[in-house]
Amino acid sequence: MDSIVQFENVGLRYGTGPEALADISFTLFAGQFYFLTGASGAGKSSLLRLLYLAQRPSRGLIRLFNTDAVTLSRDRLPGFRRRIGVVFQDFRLVPHLSAFDNIALPLRIGGMREADIEKPVREILDWVKLAERADALPATLSGGEQQRVAIARAVITRPEILIADEPTGNVDPEMAVRLLRLFEALNRMGTTIVVATHDIHLMTRIKRAQMMRLENGRLSDPTGALRYPPRPSDSGGWQQGEPT
Amino acid sequence: MIGAFFPSRQDRRLIPQARLTGPMPWVITVMMFLTILAAAAGLALGAASDKVNADLAGRATVQIVTADADARRQQSDAAELVLRADPAVTAITPVADAELRDLLAPWLGSGAANRDIPLPVLIDVDFRGRADTATLARLRGALAQTAPDARIDPHGQWLRPVFDLLAMLRWLALALVVMLLLASTAAVVLSARSSFESHADTIDVLHLLGSTNQQIARLFQRRIALDAAMGAAMGTLAAVAVLLLLGRAAAQLDSGLVAAGTLAWQDWALLALVPIGGIALAVLTARVTVLRALRNKL
Repeated sequence: MDSIVQFENVGLRYGTGPEALADISFTLFAGQFYFLTGASGAGKSSLLRLLYLAQRPSRGLIRLFNTDAVTLSRDRLPGFRRRIGVVFQDFRLVPHLSAFDNIALPLRIGGMREADIEKPVREILDWVKLAERADALPATLSGGEQQRVAIARAVITRPEILIADEPTGNVDPEMAVRLLRLFEALNRMGTTIVVATHDIHLMTRIKRAQMMRLENGRLSDPTGALRYPPRPSDSGGWQQGEPT
Repeated sequence: MIGAFFPSRQDRRLIPQARLTGPMPWVITVMMFLTILAAAAGLALGAASDKVNADLAGRATVQIVTADADARRQQSDAAELVLRADPAVTAITPVADAELRDLLAPWLGSGAANRDIPLPVLIDVDFRGRADTATLARLRGALAQTAPDARIDPHGQWLRPVFDLLAMLRWLALALVVMLLLASTAAVVLSARSSFESHADTIDVLHLLGSTNQQIARLFQRRIALDAAMGAAMGTLAAVAVLLLLGRAAAQLDSGLVAAGTLAWQDWALLALVPIGGIALAVLTARVTVLRALRNKL
């Protein structure tokens, strides 16, 4: 199996504060499905920010697509980012663009011809059941609808790796399952998936998924990705979610 | 080149185009208006100064001032001989007595016609090219021997202070143009920065979705280019209207110096460069400002 992401002793510190992440070492393999869990404040979002290149680590080594991502020059960042799909926790839709245009954004940034954009965007809009809302602005969409637009935007380019931060937090259980099936379908086509979530029911749905658990900015198992289901000794911890 | 500087139709939607809202186009209108007027003033002063200078620099007047009428006539003949012999002189025109008396009549009354008042002899001298100091010194030397009461006055000399003033005004006009361009650039920098700040969230998203800095800079360039073009067009129209009105008013004055200050077509061509250059400067400034701001982001 090819590794797609490698972290070695990665630490992250915001300003002069304490380390938000410390001694993070793990390897993600291409085509796998990973859940990232942990209490709020444990550093899930920070870890994801490192993964989608919104943040450079304070120390340690990160390899992404077999390239050193820590010293990657700014000029090369866009090319790498286009290979990553991200579902942001706060969606980050562009407020003055319609649902359609928000979803088309990565294709347009990638330079796709306007004539080729219509079809895939309509398809994905259908898939997330938003065909009727294609022309709606984000402000007029419900939280769940915005989340589906955000997911559609993240997957429209069929990225090599999809990173989703609490992607089902605002949708009803039925839609959550549906979205998860979309992730699974992408995964089967070869996309590596990393989903940060609190939702244990979601995690049990993907049998072959692996789980990483963060606790106070450290991976609770230093060997990295744990096998799913978690060992019994682990289960108490991540179900309760100690506050930090 | 155009493609690298301006976004495609599909990119344009990313940053909403707030055209003619905000003070940007109006600031550029005023700046462009003032810049063109200052430039026109500089060019007109230059034209006037050059023309008058060319008219006067090649001329001088020889005066023979003595009360003795015989000596005067004798020195006048001698001076004419000296002047005719000089290679730098192209023509001499002795001013006739009657003409002199006519010139003086408004001050002395027609009684000046009576011969009791001695009048100086005046000889207008035209030189080949400019009357330089060496030529004047040579003539003075030659005249001193045969016509000791002769005095030579180059026309350029007594207008020297006027030319100095015109030159200073030209420099002032140039300085104004430079200062106005600097102020316009500063206005564009501020506008680009505030526009950048107000779209910071969108820019972050574009970045994370893989936009290059060039792509983002292009969006702002377009916006500023539109603002600048709008402002430049209005400012230029207003300035041209004012210049044409001034030109008409000046033509009615019928005065040599003012008439000499009208703009030739080359001057209009130079003025046309002001708005074009202004737009280019605005676009470039916006680009540099935005790219510099983007460099601070990951």
